[in-house]
Amino acid sequence: MTRDQVAEELPNLAESKLTALVVDDSFVNQTIHQKLLNRLGIKNDVVTNGKEAVDVYCSGGNYDLILMDMDMPIMNGIQATKRLREMGIESKIAGVTTRANEGEKKEFMEAGLNDFQEKPLTISKLLSILHKLNFYVQT
Amino acid sequence: MDTLIAQLQRRFCDFTISLYHQGFLDDQFTELKKLQDECSPDFVAEVVTLFFEDCEKLISNMARALDQTGNVDFKLVGSSVHQLKGSSSSVGAKRVKGLCVTLKECCDSQNYEGCVRCLQQVDIEYKTLKAKLQDLFNLEQQIVQAGGRIPQVDI
Repeated sequence: MTRDQVAEELPNLAESKLTALVVDDSFVNQTIHQKLLNRLGIKNDVVTNGKEAVDVYCSGGNYDLILMDMDMPIMNGIQATKRLREMGIESKIAGVTTRANEGEKKEFMEAGLNDFQEKPLTISKLLSILHKLNFYVQT
Repeated sequence: MDTLIAQLQRRFCDFTISLYHQGFLDDQFTELKKLQDECSPDFVAEVVTLFFEDCEKLISNMARALDQTGNVDFKLVGSSVHQLKGSSSSVGAKRVKGLCVTLKECCDSQNYEGCVRCLQQVDIEYKTLKAKLQDLFNLEQQIVQAGGRIPQVDI
């Protein structure tokens, strides 16, 4: 999808100045997710596990959207999501994982996710997340 | 008579199509190509380089774990293959991903012989893909150096 096509799909996205945090231990996925966000004009940072995500918030960081992987060392996505919600963090959290069985998905959602997408992420899946989480305002 | 550029472009298209038809690549590779633009003209090459580094590291970890005959840490092998399955899925490395699924099954059932055999296949398969993608990137370079445009290939 070109930048013009994205602008058509989400006319207010460029003006919204959204921010996102990518939480994933895989360099491959970090690179892809950051590129997807950059393509949509969303300023973003990356951390490599759930503990680093929690630490960022403890240090005063804040993001509109968190793309949270499930399987990570030190603190996984389920633990990190629970911890962030316990801290009162209201950022939208979208779980992204290759684990797709219903039980694992349910456990991840119940930790406090706002949405869930199966990896690998694509432009369409990311747009779907943004639509679902009302980051797009129709003019 | 075809120009050099036209010949190279045709070779590029045919080779790309063959990679998909032979199951080396799937739609996710197409998604990566869509993300390549003037801001990041080498995006695909950068991502697949990271993937091949993952392959090397994770296959080495699994081989080391499987070397501990009689005391194999199948949990470690399982976690490594899960990671490799994830990154192969993310770059569209279809055959590698398929072999990771099989390896995971062998691991879950603690089938030592199956794990060893499958890991050898994963190793061969990622190296084959690496060579083929290198050929693809070389073709792209040749087209650009000849003054041509890299064609869009509809799979």
